[in-house]
Amino acid sequence: MIRLENISRLFQVGEQTVSALNEVSLEINPGEYLSIMGPSGSGKSTLLNLIGLLDRPSSGLYTFDGEDVTHLSEALQAKVRQEKIGFVFQFFHLIPRLTASENIELPMMLAGIDKAERMAKSHRLLQDFGLLDRASHKPEQLSGGQRQRVAIARATVMQPRILLADEPTGNLDRASGMEVISLLEALNAQGMALVVVTHDPEIGKRAKRQVHMIDGKIVSGGS
Amino acid sequence: MKLIDIASFTSKSLVGAKTRTALMILAMSIGVAAVVVLTALGEGARRYVVDQFSSLGTNLLIVFPGRTETKGNMPGMLIGETPRDLTLDDALALLRSRHVKRIAPLTLGSGLVSLGRRNREVPVIGSTSDLLEIRHMTLLEGRFLPQIDPRNAVPVCVLGMRVKEELFGSSQALGRWVRIGDRRFRVVGILSAQGQSLGFNTDELAIVPVASAQMLFNIPSLFRILVEARSRNDIPLAQKDVERIFAARHEGERDVTVITQDAVLSTFDKILRALTLAVAGIAGISLAVAGILIMNVMLIAVAQRTREIGLLKAIGATGNQIRRLFFFEAAILSLVGAISGWLLGEFGAKVIAGLYPSLPIAPPWWAIAAAFATSLATGVLFSLLPANRAARLDPVQALSRR
Ligand SMILES: Nc1ncnc2c1ncn2[C@@H]1O[C@H](COP(=O)(O)OP(=O)(O)OP(=O)(O)O)[C@@H](O)[C@H]1O
Ligand SMILES: [Mg+2]
Repeated sequence: MIRLENISRLFQVGEQTVSALNEVSLEINPGEYLSIMGPSGSGKSTLLNLIGLLDRPSSGLYTFDGEDVTHLSEALQAKVRQEKIGFVFQFFHLIPRLTASENIELPMMLAGIDKAERMAKSHRLLQDFGLLDRASHKPEQLSGGQRQRVAIARATVMQPRILLADEPTGNLDRASGMEVISLLEALNAQGMALVVVTHDPEIGKRAKRQVHMIDGKIVSGGS
Repeated sequence: MKLIDIASFTSKSLVGAKTRTALMILAMSIGVAAVVVLTALGEGARRYVVDQFSSLGTNLLIVFPGRTETKGNMPGMLIGETPRDLTLDDALALLRSRHVKRIAPLTLGSGLVSLGRRNREVPVIGSTSDLLEIRHMTLLEGRFLPQIDPRNAVPVCVLGMRVKEELFGSSQALGRWVRIGDRRFRVVGILSAQGQSLGFNTDELAIVPVASAQMLFNIPSLFRILVEARSRNDIPLAQKDVERIFAARHEGERDVTVITQDAVLSTFDKILRALTLAVAGIAGISLAVAGILIMNVMLIAVAQRTREIGLLKAIGATGNQIRRLFFFEAAILSLVGAISGWLLGEFGAKVIAGLYPSLPIAPPWWAIAAAFATSLATGVLFSLLPANRAARLDPVQALSRR
């Protein structure tokens, strides 16, 4: 499904060139579950952002379902993100003035889906995720774990092919962290590919495939 | 993204930042209100002057002694040596022109009008019977000056409403005798209330035959001659005739000035229109200031909502969609600001109209339209930069911030 070939990502910091990713190749199959681990600064987030089309590589080729997405226009990349990719962030990134339900509806709103359908879908997700009584709550009225579940609902509402989670438990206590991980794994079990970047070896070990990175290179678990 | 969703999303973000939104709307509405009120004032002044001049009469020419350098000059700005006086014979000679319908010579003085112990100092006009028609005056009761040879002094007078009331109260005035200066006049008519008309209050004056006034004030000359042309088209021809007749009578010297009501009217009209426009332009500057304020606050909003913009991109928003959201926000702000400014301006104009009831104060439609257009244009124009900045935001950078 996803195929990265010799992807490099360089950052120019003043005079210096920092190589965040160095000739990385990686293949992800539909429904796969993999974790990405490695020391801080090893390029995990950079890799995830590239997979999520939030960033463009300095060199290399990226194909999604056989289509070269490396050189797509900004608008077409946005379309791929909208239809095929779901993001879960460490800091949730919910919009504070919108209710839980409205936050979940957001991707559908951008896609031009009408209100009735949006409400029905977000209702179903809230129910599945045990948040029905929180539908009209604002993010600040929710606990960290609840916020992350709302964020996961938002990430999955368009039924993407792959979920990308960057430290999804980084801001949560152990118990709610585990809840979030089980939720993500349940979604993976339904067929969504799942990539989790984590510092926590215990969480990392749960994935069937574990990718280790050091200094912008994949040292194990790559294809 | 559907329009209704754009609208609800942006209005939620506007409501979410109440102070910011209120301040921007306030700035915009003050600008629009300023345009509306100031143009209403300018238009009011213009219409007032035009009305006043129109109410003077129709197809009117005014002759006065002395010469002005150019036609456009205002009456009264006389140049050169003391001019020759206008006489009653001059006035009567003007009737020889085919283009002149009628004339009214005018003398002017101030006299004490008295009845018994009651008295009152008022302007006294000496003229002829045609003055009534030429000046579009109307009578409440009685008759106007008799149609006699203007050279004859007849002891009759016509009084303004207020003068009559003060001397006679509610009792009958027609046929009674009053004293004006050191002469006695019989009251033959009362003017109906007309109020102020170009510096003259027709309610507070007395009109006597021109010859009587000349004797009363001991002045042989005339103050003005009012000439009514036969029709609108006759005005320039009548003007030429009048000038020619005077030249013939004054040994070829062009020592009188003839102005036409039309010329004065259009001059005033032009001046006051230009003034209104200038004032509107100055008020428009405050709209531009409001626009700059909007830009500033929008830039701050973009900075504050960086993470939100990054998130929207991550979940599939294109740069154009983001741009549209910020545009829409600015447009709503300007529109609401323009509407509230318009209402504020109309209210202000009403208040001023209440304070000065004689001025026909109303904001002209073009000023309202221009104010709306300017506020929308500035709002959208000045949101260009912030909206573009938002659209170009790098999502990775935006999301990496806590
Ligand atoms: N915008 C940037 N400009 C310059 N250097 C960057 C930028 N983003 C990332 N880097 C550098 O790239 C390298 C990889 O960063 P990245 O965020 O991918 O690391 P990470 O593995 O996610 O680390 P962490 O575990 O701390 O999140 C780091 O050396 C970082 O300093
Ligand atoms: Mg990271």
